[in-house]
Amino acid sequence: MLFEQPKYRAMGDRSLLVELGDEIQMEVHERVRRLFLAVKQASISTLLDAVPGYCSLLLVFDPLATTSDTIRKTIDSLFHGLDAFEIPEPADVKIPVVYGEEYGPDLDWVAKYHKATSEDVILWHTGTEYRVYMIGFTPGFPYMGELPDTLKTPRKETPRTAVPSGSVGLAQTQTGIYPTKSPGGWQIIGRTPLNLFDPLKNPPSLLQMGDRVRFFRISEEEMNHWQR
Amino acid sequence: MAAVKALEVIFSGPLTTIQDRGRFGFGAYGVPPSGAVDSFSLRLGNRLLGNKEDDAGLEITFAGPALTALVNLAIAITGADMQPHINGNPAPMWCALVLRKGDRLSFKGIRSGFRAYLALGGGINVEKVMGSRSTNLGAGFGGLSGRPLIKGDILYAHDRKRHLKTEGAALPAQSIPAYTQSVELRVIFGPHHHHFDPEMLSLFQQTTYDVTEKLDRTGIRLKGTAIKEKTDLQTSIISEGVIPGAIQIPGDGQPIIVLGETVTGGYRKIATVISADLHRLGQLRPKNTVRFLPVSLKEAQNALEEMEAVIRSIK
Repeated sequence: MLFEQPKYRAMGDRSLLVELGDEIQMEVHERVRRLFLAVKQASISTLLDAVPGYCSLLLVFDPLATTSDTIRKTIDSLFHGLDAFEIPEPADVKIPVVYGEEYGPDLDWVAKYHKATSEDVILWHTGTEYRVYMIGFTPGFPYMGELPDTLKTPRKETPRTAVPSGSVGLAQTQTGIYPTKSPGGWQIIGRTPLNLFDPLKNPPSLLQMGDRVRFFRISEEEMNHWQR
Repeated sequence: MAAVKALEVIFSGPLTTIQDRGRFGFGAYGVPPSGAVDSFSLRLGNRLLGNKEDDAGLEITFAGPALTALVNLAIAITGADMQPHINGNPAPMWCALVLRKGDRLSFKGIRSGFRAYLALGGGINVEKVMGSRSTNLGAGFGGLSGRPLIKGDILYAHDRKRHLKTEGAALPAQSIPAYTQSVELRVIFGPHHHHFDPEMLSLFQQTTYDVTEKLDRTGIRLKGTAIKEKTDLQTSIISEGVIPGAIQIPGDGQPIIVLGETVTGGYRKIATVISADLHRLGQLRPKNTVRFLPVSLKEAQNALEEMEAVIRSIK
């Protein structure tokens, strides 16, 4: 549900959680994105960071320079002008993926789980447009949704200690990409040759919150055409 | 700005990284703050040397490296007591010292705390990445190629000469923190304290928790009385932003204190350590015990003012 008014929750003495809804849903996501962009544009000097989640925006401030009450008042006034606030259209991004085999070790398991073939899984995964709801977990990791009902898959019971970078995974209603080698519990169905995170670029993350993403299938040989 | 070869790494110690006060403003890209876990100690070291407070130094975890000075260089060692020695003689902490070219700095072993900080006159010269020199070990950037120091590394310092005359500057003895076996951490309840019954909230503050071996720059896992959310709630929440000091309650009910290598999470947070006590998290080690003391926002603000006054007392 989308809240009519933001709910404010203090996280310690130097951050404020602004909750705008209570479920993973496009309307809530769009409201979070709008508020995030409005906060960025307002460039509030006492604010150290603004971290969007699925339903909330976390505001981290300098506790020597301001208080959560002051931040709250600023957010209240931004919130009231939010519908009139002009925001850029999200980008459309196409992501090449090699599915299955060594690149997608869980593809067959996912297919079996859904009583389908791996070709079905690939068709379902490439046949849907996803929204980047948020970036988190590790630098540049996009949480994208929603998967079609036919593809909703539980996490692995035992997470892997190391998932290779570029791995494309499924977990519940979401799909994601591991930008760097890291531990992880998502079902890995493929790998992209694209580099999701480059600390020396601005912005460092290939995908931004709000981006519209589609996956398309490539062969192992074609991987080299995309520069990492 | 002129950069000078300052120190050579003879051996690295188990985990020695370049850190500053942290990387802020990139959370929307999943980039965590990193930075000194005990930034109070690093900031004091920098001030003793007349550096900027956000200059980079070394964070030394559990055991010390050995370093040779390649030039006359002012240093300050703060944080955990690892028995620093210069050319085999004990060296004082919490003050500005001068290493002469060829001097060897080493550490004999940890006596208290968990992380020591080495500040150098002028600060360590490495490229800033997203506004900070801190090492992000998870994604491998910042600091020295995004990795811990290794044998043979050379550390450069910015324009270090004018810092030599800070020699002798010291933190007053009464301001030096004591790293005790049992630690009381002041917290503010929330953001999800309303997801717990009042009995659970009081259990949380009455329990003495053990610090486990599962402790790194990402977080500190505690062990003790399990804390359970209200019965009608799921074990996880919808992922949202977190800050260092947030105390998460995962499915097994054993609290995890978040540190600066994480920017989002899907566990509910019963309480959050106040800013003035964050530095203590950097000095916790396995087998220490922790108790949580809930305080008001006003108390947290006063405590932070007091801590800042200690830092400002170093001119």
